[in-house]
This record gives sequence, C-alpha cells and structure tokens, in this order.
Amino acid sequence: MNIKLAVTLSVAAGALMSASAEAKTLRWSSPTDVTTLDPYAHTESFTTSMLHHVFDPLVRRGRTLELEPALAVSWKNVKPDTWRFELRRDVKFHNGNPFTADDVVASFARLLDPGARARGNIATVRKAEKVDDFTVDIVTDGPYPLLLNDLAGVYILDKEWMEANGALKPGNIATGVTTAASTTAVGTGPFKVESYKPDAGTNFVVNPDWWDKPQHNLTRIEFKPVKSDATRVAALLSGELDLIAPAPLQDLGRIGSASGFKVIEEPSLRLIMLSLNFRPELKAMPGQKNPLLDPKVRQAMWHAIDMETIKKRVMRDKSRNTGTLVAPPVPGYAKENDAILAYDTNRAKALLAEAGYPNGFKVKLNCPNDRYINDEQTCVAIAAMWTRAGIQTELQTESRATYFPRQDRGEFDVSMVGWATLPPMDGFSVLSSLLAAQKDGHGGSNSSTYTNPKIEELTRKSASELDETKRRGMLVEALKVAHDDVAYIPLHQQPVAWAVRDGVDVPQFPDEYVRLWFATIK
Amino acid sequence: MFKVILSRIGQAALVMLVVSAVSFVMFRYVGDPVASMSRENAPIEEKQALRRSLGLDQSFVVQYGGFLKRTLSGDLGISYRNQRPVTELIAERLPATMELVIVATFLSLALGIPLGVLCALRPSGAAARLVQAVSLIGISTPTFVTGIVLILVFAVTLGWLPSFGRGQVVEIGWWSTGFLTWSGLKSLILPGITLALYQLTLIMRLVRSEMIDVLSTDYIRFAKARGLPMRYIHFRLALRNALMPVITVTGLQIGSLIAFAIVTETVFQWPGMGLLFIQAVSFADIPVMAAYLLFVGLLFVIINTIVDILYAVVDPRLRARSA
Repeated sequence: MNIKLAVTLSVAAGALMSASAEAKTLRWSSPTDVTTLDPYAHTESFTTSMLHHVFDPLVRRGRTLELEPALAVSWKNVKPDTWRFELRRDVKFHNGNPFTADDVVASFARLLDPGARARGNIATVRKAEKVDDFTVDIVTDGPYPLLLNDLAGVYILDKEWMEANGALKPGNIATGVTTAASTTAVGTGPFKVESYKPDAGTNFVVNPDWWDKPQHNLTRIEFKPVKSDATRVAALLSGELDLIAPAPLQDLGRIGSASGFKVIEEPSLRLIMLSLNFRPELKAMPGQKNPLLDPKVRQAMWHAIDMETIKKRVMRDKSRNTGTLVAPPVPGYAKENDAILAYDTNRAKALLAEAGYPNGFKVKLNCPNDRYINDEQTCVAIAAMWTRAGIQTELQTESRATYFPRQDRGEFDVSMVGWATLPPMDGFSVLSSLLAAQKDGHGGSNSSTYTNPKIEELTRKSASELDETKRRGMLVEALKVAHDDVAYIPLHQQPVAWAVRDGVDVPQFPDEYVRLWFATIK
Repeated sequence: MFKVILSRIGQAALVMLVVSAVSFVMFRYVGDPVASMSRENAPIEEKQALRRSLGLDQSFVVQYGGFLKRTLSGDLGISYRNQRPVTELIAERLPATMELVIVATFLSLALGIPLGVLCALRPSGAAARLVQAVSLIGISTPTFVTGIVLILVFAVTLGWLPSFGRGQVVEIGWWSTGFLTWSGLKSLILPGITLALYQLTLIMRLVRSEMIDVLSTDYIRFAKARGLPMRYIHFRLALRNALMPVITVTGLQIGSLIAFAIVTETVFQWPGMGLLFIQAVSFADIPVMAAYLLFVGLLFVIINTIVDILYAVVDPRLRARSA
C-alpha cells in the first residue's frame, strides 16, 4: 500500500530550507486557481502570472514594467524580419539540465503547433532557429515592432524533459491529447513547484540555483485559491493568509480599519468603456435608422454620463475616470487625448435635438454582472442617467459566460467592454482589436463594426513600423481620431486592490500580475 | 423477481438517457466556452477555428450523438479549462465530497435522533420548545449565511478552527483523507456542521412526529400496562419502529447532500466536486458540467433503484402488481 504522508513531506522540505536560511513562507489567495501548469495550454492572465514564478521568458517585465533581459542577454535585428538573441549561459532548469538554444527552439516549436491554445500569443512569429548553442534567430512575418512584448509571455521549457515525458507537442482538447506538462512544471524560474492540487492549493519552494540575484527573501510560497470573497477576507483576518489579491472593494474599509492589516491599491491597466453599435439599425428600434450613427448623438450620450457620481458612489472613490482608450502607462497614451466630455444634461439634450431627436430615442444597454469590478451597478447608474437625458435605456445584465458570446456576435446596441491591452501592454492592441474593421486578422473584438478610414490606415502602418517614436505617434493620432469621433465612450480605469498583513511588502503592478520575486516578509 | 429487477434497471437506463439529453440541451444556454478560452486580442478567425476544432459549429443532434457514443465507451472527454481528463478530475475531487457528506450524515443522525426523541417525549417541555425554535432557524437560514456566520465566530473571532480548505490530507492510494491528521479533522468541523444543519432539522422533525405517532399506538399502551421499564419502551420499542422512514429518508438525502454540497464547498473552498462544478459553470466547461450532471443523475438513479428493488423484495404486494 502506498501511504504517503503529506505532513512528513512538508516537514522534510521545511527542514531542508532552514538549513540554508530562516524559513519565510508567504501564504496568499486569489479567487481563481491556476488552470494548468502547461504555459502553452491556456491564455489566462492569472495563470500566466503564477507560472512566471516557475518559468522564465527570453525577456521579462522589470520593476516598472520595462522590458529587460531574462534568458536572453541581448538582441538585435539582423534583418527587418529576423531578430537574433544571445542567450544567458550557466542557467539550469529545476531538474538540473542546462539551458541552451535547443530548449528555445523546442519551446517555440511546441507553441507554434496548431494545437497549442496560446499559439495566438505569437501570431506573427514564423519560426525559431538555432544559430549556435547560445544564439537563436526568431523570424517574423515581415517587420514586427512588438516582438519583445510578445516574447515576455513565452516561457521556455526544457527540451530533454519534454522528450522524456512525451510532452514535445502541446495538449489538444480537439484530439483528446493530454500531456505530462499539465501537472508538472520544469522551468528555470525563481521558484519550483512542490505540489499542485487544483482548488486546494499550489506550493512553491525557492530555487536556490536561480540565475538572477533574488530581490525577495521568501523560501516558500503557499497559494490557496478561495472563490468566496467573504471567506477570503475572513481567512486573512484570522491569520491564515498573508496576502489576498484582489481584495473585494466592499471590504476594503473593514480590512483597513483592522489592526495588523493594510490595503494596497493602484489603478490597473484595465479600462472600462461602452461599445456602440454602428450597424444600420438598433435592436431597440427595428426598422428605423440607427441614431448612434450620428456623432452628435454619441457626444450627447457621453455628456449625459455623470462619471464623478459613479466614481464616488459605485466605485467608492477607487477608480480613475478616463477620456481615452488606454491607461497612462501604456504606449499610445497621450494626456491631450485624455479629455472627458463634461457631464451636462442640458448640453446632451441640445445635441440630441440638433441631431433630430428632440424627444430622445430608445436603446438597449447590455452589461456583464460578474466580470468587471461593480460592472452591473455602473450600468444601472448609466441607464438612469441616460433616461434622465431623454434616451430611454433598457438595461439587461447577465453572466460573462453568456454575455461575451453574444457580444462577439454583435447582438448588442450599447455594451460594456473592458480592455487591458494585455499581454502585449501596448496601445496597438486597441487599434488592432477594438477600432479596426474585421479584416486581415484585425478587429477581433470590434463586434460593433466601427470603421474609420484614418484608423484603418494608421493600424496597418503602425503594425510594421520599427521606429518606436514614429510608431507611438501613430498610436496617439489614431486614439485622437477615436476620441473625437466617439468610437467608444471611455468610462474609468479599474482599481487593483490587495490586502496584506503587516510585515508583508509586495509591489503592485498595473497589469494585476502578482510578482512575488519582488516580495519580502518579516 | 428477476423480471422486476430487470425492468427496474431498464427504467433506470431510460432515466439516464433523459438526464443526459436534458443536461446537453441546457448547455446550449450556458454560453460559449470559446470566449473564455481565447486571449483578449484574438482575431475572429482564431475564435472560429477553435469553435470548429471543438465541434461546437455542428448541429445539436451530431454533438449529442458524439457525446453519447463517447460516454458509453467510458470517455467523458477532456476539460476545456485545464485540459485534463474529466474522469481524473472527478476521481480527484470525489474523496473530499464523500468525507464531507459522511461527516454531515453522521452529525445529523447523531444529533437529530436524540433531539427528535426528546421533543417527542416531552413535547411541551422547555428544552423541546427551544430545540423546535432553533430548528426552525436551521431549516430557514440559507447555507451560505450559516457558513459565513460560523467562519466569523469560530475562525475570525475565536480563532479555533480554520476558515477554509481541507487542512493536511493523507493519501492512501488514490483516496485522500482528512480523517488522519489533526488539521484535517479540524477543517471538517465547520463545513460538516453547515452541510448537516438542514438534514439535522429534517431528521429531528421526522423522528419527533414518527415517535409521537408510534407512542400513541396500542402496543405501546399495552407495553406500558404490562409495566415494562419506560427506557425499554421508548428506545427498544418505539424508536425502532419510528426509525424505518428515517432510514429511507437518510438514504435518499445522502444523494442530495452529494449533489448539493455546492454552496458549502464554495463558502469553505472545499476542494470537492461541487466546487469543480461551479468553476466549470463560470468557464462554460461543458465536458465537466456534463460529467457532473451525469454522475449526480446516476447516483440518484442507483439509490432509487436499490430502494425500489428492496421494496419489491420486502413487500410481496409490489411484486404482484408489476408482474
């Protein structure tokens, strides 16, 4: 009989740790769990951030989210479509295997496999080629300025391990293939996975042979998912956890006032906006011309929303109102574009009258109720404000599982969209996915069918512009067009709020990633 | 006899077919997994290719046919969310749910029967009135409220018991148990009470009313007249007779405890099947949802079939009617 005492194991692991240093365990919790340990089998940003503790990419995000060398030490463009990376030497995987160019080539081949779920994360990469043991060429489809941004999300796996465990190809639901990589992670990162139990917990121990100089003082991380908000807060307050991320907005006051705990918060990259239907007819007014096609009507709708009240009442003063479609840290942001059309019901009514709707019109507003922070309450407020301005708004809210497929099919008149520009963290993603028409691989989330020739042109030009200053200029220009044309109505930037016990120092990042290799605890 | 059993099993198979069809129809309305499976900036073509590769673009009949065929060959598919076989996921979570249900059933019987007897013997006593009033609260408070209140009192304020999880578990083969460690046992208390509360009040009330009925029957009166000791009359004669329906109800309730542990498991982050199901719902992970509903359906069908067959064995009238 196979009796394995988890207790003895963890005691033994603890004893090993204390041999080198005093044991410092950080226990933290989130509402969602790690979906899989296979970095190529998912596209979830939470799982990506967890796995970053175990795996390293070629380039990574530093303390201020700038791109910095990780497994690659330097790179240059040898041709407009070919990037040459020089790899770091003397790096070892958790199983002791050395890291070489073969691992990079095998990892890219695995990710480029049509069965890999995360294949789209490097949609423009054609192949990775070995030049010598520590040099790799990456070839893209034409000049591609955002390659480094994409590479920051590509974790490198060990070729020998994949070969030995039959995991050279990614798992594939369609063909029913599962691989050992779903439940085992062998990387080069700062922590090793000690155990992985879905819904119960994932434990990590420090990797003493990490190539980088650790800025953290942890010896062990215990991650425990807790879905229920109330339970997660209770577990922090009862001393069973050191960090909860995120902390529910409605409990921030209570946690902040409890002694021994504090709330840390900052605005996230995720912007919440309203998507407007540009089809010939609205669902709410079949057979009549769509009033949203008139820019004056769109301006009126923006003027009719009182964002200050939403910020104070709904978001408890934790959000930041915005007038543009990207957050300040993201390339493409410009202060002059970030101008909110002031709340003015009379101005809104006047604009509606000018547009030929003195008595307003009917519109449907659709929102998710479990995706963004206080999404439903925000929409309830907006529906009331619009109705006051003469636009009779019929609100419908539903769960994300049914909401997003309907949004994708273009079934909504006005609907809520959240956009964080992740994973590339660049304004181009707004142009390409939200503003450009559904053509040539663009417009993936532009189900409202907004089209503007100037934006079409700028999207295509910026897609292959390698000069960063010029490229950013194009993004700013396109976002100005979108602002003046009211392509979307921007609302606010969501907050990221975490809670920790005193003595825990964890830096926050606007992309909502938890990066515990910067964490220290007392 | 054999014929009866065969017809019961035939009916059970029919019920399972209906359950699978109904659950499959439901999935048309729970949403589309493609949205949660794709990255934020995925182009339309990528999403359509994914939809095609999952077979979601095919007609309902074709999808259902494929599902039935795979299920009959023992293949419940692969979870969309974490790409692991569904059978493996369910086997992993089964021990957690089963242990919680065992504790809840034990608690509800160990407390429900004595309290029910107490209420039946002294229906107007102060203790009985108190128990009755408290049981009314127990039966009318939603599970998540009870759970959160218990956490606030015993985990946050008093700090005696953990607020979530299973604690340390010991693995014996493929079964993981929390019964063998101190932290595992402590972790079972709060969710066990939360899950047991409804059933406890149900059993208590059932025992009480059955006992009152039995105590007024002739043979109890004759036993009293004979001068048998009261303890013997109450516990050997009356309680035994009152327990028959309690056993039936407990058996059926075990099925619903397993199926409806979802809320308790969510509140306490209990890594059982209910939690698995809830996560599957929010991701529209169709293979996991389908397998869970089939499993629960199967559970009820098996329990009911056994009960039916036992009735037929015990009661000759039922046998004659079906023949």
